[in-house]
Amino acid sequence: MSIDATKTREAAAMPPPGTASTKKRVPQGHKRLLTRRDRITLGFMAGVPTVLHVALVWVTALASIALAFTSWDGIGFSSIKWVGLDNFKQLFTDNPQFWPAVEHNIIWFVVLIAVPTPLGLFLAVQLDKKIRFSRVYQTAFFLPVVVSLAVTGFVWQLVYNPDTGLINSLIGANKPGHYIDWIGDPHLNLWAVLIAASWRHTGYMMILYLAGLKGVDPSLREASSLDGANEWQTFKNVIFPTLRPTNTVVLVVTIIEALRAFDLVFVFNKGAQGTELLSILITNNIIGESSRIGYGSAIAVVLLVISLAVIIPYLIATFRKERRA
Amino acid sequence: MRLSSPGQPLPGTSRRAVLRGLGGAALLGAGIPLLSACGGSGTASDPKTVTLGSNASDAVPKKAFAEIYAAFKKQSGITVDVNTKDHNTFQEQINSYLQGTPDDVFNWFAGYRMQFFAAKGLTTAIDDVWAKIGDNFPDAMKKLSKGADGKYYFVPITTYPWAIFYRKSVFQQHGYTVPTTWDQLVALCKQMKKDGLVPIAFGDKDAWPAMGTFDQINFRTNGYDFHVELMAGKVSWTDAKVKATFDHWAEILPYHQDGSLGRTWQDAAQTLVSKKAGMYLLGSFVAQQFTNKADLDDLDFFAFPEINSAYGQDTVEAPTDGFMVSKSPKNHDGVVKLLEFLGTPEAEAIYLKADPSVVAASSKADTSTYSTLQKKAFEMISGAKSLTQFMDRDSRPDFTSTVMQPALQKFVRDPKGVDGLLSSIERQKKTIFASS
Repeated sequence: MSIDATKTREAAAMPPPGTASTKKRVPQGHKRLLTRRDRITLGFMAGVPTVLHVALVWVTALASIALAFTSWDGIGFSSIKWVGLDNFKQLFTDNPQFWPAVEHNIIWFVVLIAVPTPLGLFLAVQLDKKIRFSRVYQTAFFLPVVVSLAVTGFVWQLVYNPDTGLINSLIGANKPGHYIDWIGDPHLNLWAVLIAASWRHTGYMMILYLAGLKGVDPSLREASSLDGANEWQTFKNVIFPTLRPTNTVVLVVTIIEALRAFDLVFVFNKGAQGTELLSILITNNIIGESSRIGYGSAIAVVLLVISLAVIIPYLIATFRKERRA
Repeated sequence: MRLSSPGQPLPGTSRRAVLRGLGGAALLGAGIPLLSACGGSGTASDPKTVTLGSNASDAVPKKAFAEIYAAFKKQSGITVDVNTKDHNTFQEQINSYLQGTPDDVFNWFAGYRMQFFAAKGLTTAIDDVWAKIGDNFPDAMKKLSKGADGKYYFVPITTYPWAIFYRKSVFQQHGYTVPTTWDQLVALCKQMKKDGLVPIAFGDKDAWPAMGTFDQINFRTNGYDFHVELMAGKVSWTDAKVKATFDHWAEILPYHQDGSLGRTWQDAAQTLVSKKAGMYLLGSFVAQQFTNKADLDDLDFFAFPEINSAYGQDTVEAPTDGFMVSKSPKNHDGVVKLLEFLGTPEAEAIYLKADPSVVAASSKADTSTYSTLQKKAFEMISGAKSLTQFMDRDSRPDFTSTVMQPALQKFVRDPKGVDGLLSSIERQKKTIFASS
């Protein structure tokens, strides 16, 4: 990294080629532009972050990949035992929570794409029309995004509480016989949490689309209205296609949200029956007084592989586009 | 600072400050077991100080312990330097804490949880302390304070029993009598249901209350020895005896409160407070939910009924809290003096005066200030032949939290699938117990 930075700076500072005095000046200019002191400073400025990045991101990531093939309780390095693929075998065959967790992460993604994303787009389009109190609505819809998910989880838990919560109190579903257990029933609780997650995600999507819509050239709208297009036709054929870059961002953001889903569920019911998520399984196995670090790492590796399967195609597509441009 | 260049000094203070800051961040990153960095190492060699890592972060126990340490200072001249951590954080970080530079003494729990760290060599045996305080404790407590190697590692201070709680007025109103056998319990449940009550209040949202129910039914059905062996991973979960436990449980499960997986124990306790529920199986801390004095006076409890006459009601679940000594305490003499003091009935009396929700672990403690409920709890514990802790204190916590908590929740939701569930538990147990 440091070498790269130096080179770029040199290259930028070099006088354009073709000037008569170039040959003579280069060695001198090199000295004058980058003294020993500067090089050391630059070395540190690039080197320290590099070291930090490597130590805190790459070393830890690689270490957890390595640990996924071991059994370790976190007490002393001598207790690390190589177990090969055992953790994965156990995970795929014996762990009753693993496949539900994978499934729930996928459902999480599908729901976020199917419900709050179109809803956010819809709200953004409405707000973009400069209606009255537009800012008030904007703030109201965006508010859930500002609040931490842990707090969101806490608030929704009050709404869903089967005994004293808002919903059951209103519809009288907190008596024996006709009892709706929003938090404990595995057929309900995932959807209950997803409503809370969508509530928040809608605002997030709305802001992204609103920003995208601000970038739409007004002359396009004008042209389409001159052509006699109605509102829906304008949106479908003119506005939406120009939102393409925003859609890419939205897709990536939603995938990330689905993979990192954790806090809401953890506060809601700690990922018990019906709301298992990969991130929660990792936490349950690694954090604690006698932890199963190897096993937890194996789950983390699975999550990493899933993330890479999404990230790599995205990066390839992005770079290809840049190269073309 | 150690990053500054060997050549000329760096120009511009701001840039240097930035680099220095980065260096600091790097050093911080290296010290990730944060708790270990908090040990009172500065006062290490001082013979007049003992450092103590405390999980008593709640106001009431914190103050109660502070009063004990003040009394100890008055008596011995040794200061206890307390390093308090949030209760749950303390538990989660105990691993790295004990491996780093822990305090001389720390708060911990009796049972397998204590034996685990003792076996890992992270704590010091304290037979010398027990030579002095041994007479203060009943045999069941002595058994609880020993590691797997037979040496003492733990000084108990407070404990509380698990039992079935009920309201005297409700029993009076309907003419119920306290059940002492399984059949009586089942009959009482049926009657309560007929009378429009929820027979047994239940909330398992936090996943641990179901463990308490399992413990009670299991040691009543199969006895203390079997229970302990099962918890230690020595007996198979597919054993017919374990199946019998779950069969009993399934018999009374329909009389438990609906929708338990979405309810906290506090909410479940409220149904007992409001007299909608007839009984509630929980630790005596359920009394904390009875904020009204009249309601609290109405609260009573009985031991879980007998299931197998060979074992009767001889076992009581009584989670016990106390102290352990870290691997290499800096002030060993001071530590011994402190633990000897903590093991006296006087120290317990100081604690109980400030925190009446528990009872003393010592059989010699002064019970004159106890409430009726406390007195009954104390008698129940001191009369027990064997004491269990709690599933997550009697077994490997990694097993109980990652396997048993979800498994028991699954059972509560669907008691019919118990065979498949038990073999799944057994498969997972084998790999966890084999790991170290």
